[in-house]
Amino acid sequence: MTKPQWNNGLVRWIDDRMPIFTLMHHELVDYPTPKNFNYWWNFGSLAGIVLVIMIVTGIFLAMSYTPHVDYAFESVERIVRDVNYGWLLRYLHMNGGSIFFIVVYIHLFRGLYYGSYKAPRELLWILGVLIIIVMMATAFMGYVLPWGQMSFWAATVITNLFSAVPVFGEAIVTWLWGGFSVDNPTLNRFFSFHYLLPFVLFALVFLHLWALHVHKSNNPLGIDVKGPQDTIPFSPYYTIKDLFGLGVLMVFYLFFVFFAPDFFGEPDNYIKADPLVTPTHIVPEWYFLPYYAILRAIPDKLGGVVAMFGSILILLILPWLDRSKVRSARFRPIYKQFFWILVVDCFVLGWIGAKPPEGIYITIGRIATAYYFLHFLVIIPLISMVERPKPLPESISTAVTKGGAAVKEAT
Amino acid sequence: MARLTLIAAALVVAAGTATAAEAPKAPSHDWGFQGIFGSYDRAALRRGYQVYAEVCAGCHSLRLVAYRNLMEIGFTEDEVTEIASEFEVLDGPDDEGEMFTRPAKAADYFVPPFPNDNAARFANNGSLPPDLSLITKARKGGPDYLYALLTGYREEPPEGFQMMDGMVYNDYFPGHQISMPQPLFEDMVEYADGTPATVDQMSEDVTVFLAWAGSPELEARKSLGIKVLLFTIVLTAMLYALKRRIWADVH
Amino acid sequence: MTDTATTAAQASGPDETRRDFLLMATSAVGAVGVALACWPFIDSMNPSADVLALSSTGVDLSAIEEGQSITVVWRGKPVFIRHRTPEEIETAGAAPMDDLIDPQADTDRVLKPEWLIMIGICTHLGCIPLGQKVGDPRGDFDGWFCPCHGSHYDTSGRIRKGPAPRNMAIPPYEFTDETTIKIG
Repeated sequence: MTKPQWNNGLVRWIDDRMPIFTLMHHELVDYPTPKNFNYWWNFGSLAGIVLVIMIVTGIFLAMSYTPHVDYAFESVERIVRDVNYGWLLRYLHMNGGSIFFIVVYIHLFRGLYYGSYKAPRELLWILGVLIIIVMMATAFMGYVLPWGQMSFWAATVITNLFSAVPVFGEAIVTWLWGGFSVDNPTLNRFFSFHYLLPFVLFALVFLHLWALHVHKSNNPLGIDVKGPQDTIPFSPYYTIKDLFGLGVLMVFYLFFVFFAPDFFGEPDNYIKADPLVTPTHIVPEWYFLPYYAILRAIPDKLGGVVAMFGSILILLILPWLDRSKVRSARFRPIYKQFFWILVVDCFVLGWIGAKPPEGIYITIGRIATAYYFLHFLVIIPLISMVERPKPLPESISTAVTKGGAAVKEAT
Repeated sequence: MARLTLIAAALVVAAGTATAAEAPKAPSHDWGFQGIFGSYDRAALRRGYQVYAEVCAGCHSLRLVAYRNLMEIGFTEDEVTEIASEFEVLDGPDDEGEMFTRPAKAADYFVPPFPNDNAARFANNGSLPPDLSLITKARKGGPDYLYALLTGYREEPPEGFQMMDGMVYNDYFPGHQISMPQPLFEDMVEYADGTPATVDQMSEDVTVFLAWAGSPELEARKSLGIKVLLFTIVLTAMLYALKRRIWADVH
Repeated sequence: MTDTATTAAQASGPDETRRDFLLMATSAVGAVGVALACWPFIDSMNPSADVLALSSTGVDLSAIEEGQSITVVWRGKPVFIRHRTPEEIETAGAAPMDDLIDPQADTDRVLKPEWLIMIGICTHLGCIPLGQKVGDPRGDFDGWFCPCHGSHYDTSGRIRKGPAPRNMAIPPYEFTDETTIKIG
């Protein structure tokens, strides 16, 4: 990689003093990228773009939002009814949350399938898990802001989780609330954090990218890049592929925004918060349902809370639970099956999270929860000991030429 | 004391809803405002407003809608001024520091029938008639549910069904016991356009009106949505073609 | 840099033009899309429907004595209403046009000479001039005086001295009856 020459005088002047253009050229244009990405590799950049959309729509929404228990609900409705294009901003933001989670969950499971968490990318993976945790906190607090019934009761239930902490539980919850129930101080601080955390996310994403660019991307074969014949420059190949993926995502996203804006929402959140009446059926947003199922599966308060947080924190140690040197599930016949079982398990947990905690649902929820932890704590380490991986291809380029591209080769 | 009654009232409501486990799903109705090209039927909106104003507004507020909003659905400025001026709103303080009432203006929001929730509960045997501004969005089933509820009253509960005092039986209300007596009866209103005011017709009209009250942006949203989606699809197709082109030499 | 990259760059003639055209067309459509997408964000900062709806204010003038002023709020801005004395009307009418920074006849600034109704904002940088209250400094021309940068206004609210470029603005208003006005 040579240093690029800049034609524009101003660019050259700046670059001589602070080589930001050279840096960007190296990281976004020249950047050698494995040539064999499939479309699952689009979701990282998509997540970054959705984050930007969320920040921008959020900043403009904040201009018309009032974080006060007496006005929050009305101010959100005022945004939809009276602010110019306010409905568009609100629905972009509201549905953007769901889209963000869809994209990030796919990105996460792509990492699981192709072993992207393995050495030397453990820190990259850990940063990713931190991003999800901060995202969840941001989403939760954002959901409270419209101050509907679901907002209020989600805030009450989730903050009460901390009362499970031995000895200090009550004090912590009172501190979180800034009072003796979820009330105006709670709403104000949630707004403050909801505005702050996306920028923390942005910083984490930057670190995530930094870590990525040190050892470069994993790829569907999970084998290391052997030389320049295995890679192509990021631009124009992956910029155009990412842009095309963005277009597809936008069609999907905008369909909900314009034609089914309340698809992901709960009707109860169009009722203003009432501290004296709990809705008959409290359910979190869909992206929290699996955790909610895990919480309810454990009959003990503290145990439930620990399991719920544990279910996401366990991902932090995954690089050390999985001892297999082979990354991609393509070459791991047993792991591949269990990966799909885990996917099914997560959907089951999500389904149970939406059901009332009674009868058969409790049993299914417990089995699914037990399996979830079993997968990470027992099955993964066991597989990595007993599994005989399939032979790995010599390099990315030989695999590509031998594989599906054989026909193309003729041209 | 007031607080105690409030809590008691809330408990009654909570108890009412707690027994509410299942309610039959409202049958789906063909609404003109659904679907990608959906829009509100102007005549139905006007009739629906009349039903709301003459019947529902006796107990139910519509506090997120302003009189000026009626201009969006075909009322003229004079009509709106006239409608608004029939209501009194509290204003002030005046130069002497006193609060006073004045006729409502177009910019004012629909004047609620009761000054506050407690007064509303007091006048309605302890149950609070919900605000209707978002009613079609705030209930599972939306407009279908509202229509089914309005037309789902039965004079006698099915045999063996225990009714609480002051409740009426409704096929679609969760738990079947609703404290709102049947609101609509044949020929209760006289439509200016001569449409026969059957219970079905009035229920349908008021549902359309309340759907508009809940989503006044719907028409603007859908018409912009079609353009934006078409644009995005075209752009995506072009990006795909470009992607194919650029990737043609990679193997 | 790699084989593939060089082949991509040196693609054959017709292909190259087609790609260039496609690239330009797609870039243009994309740029238009991004530009259009900015508009809702910008427009969301314009006055909203409820703000625009509150744009008229009624004022009862009957209680204002001659020589008295009141300030009312219209669209969030102070509106000065002054019941002018005959002397004030006299001096306002007598001011020679040549002396005015922003020449305008007094009669063009009022509907009824005894009532001067204007937006009480200095046209320099938006401060509220003094002169409404009895003890206020009223400047060299006995009208209003802006304390921020020393603009002097006369009894017709016209700028006479100081940095302000224009006379204080007259809001749209009408007399709904003898003693009531509707601003906006």
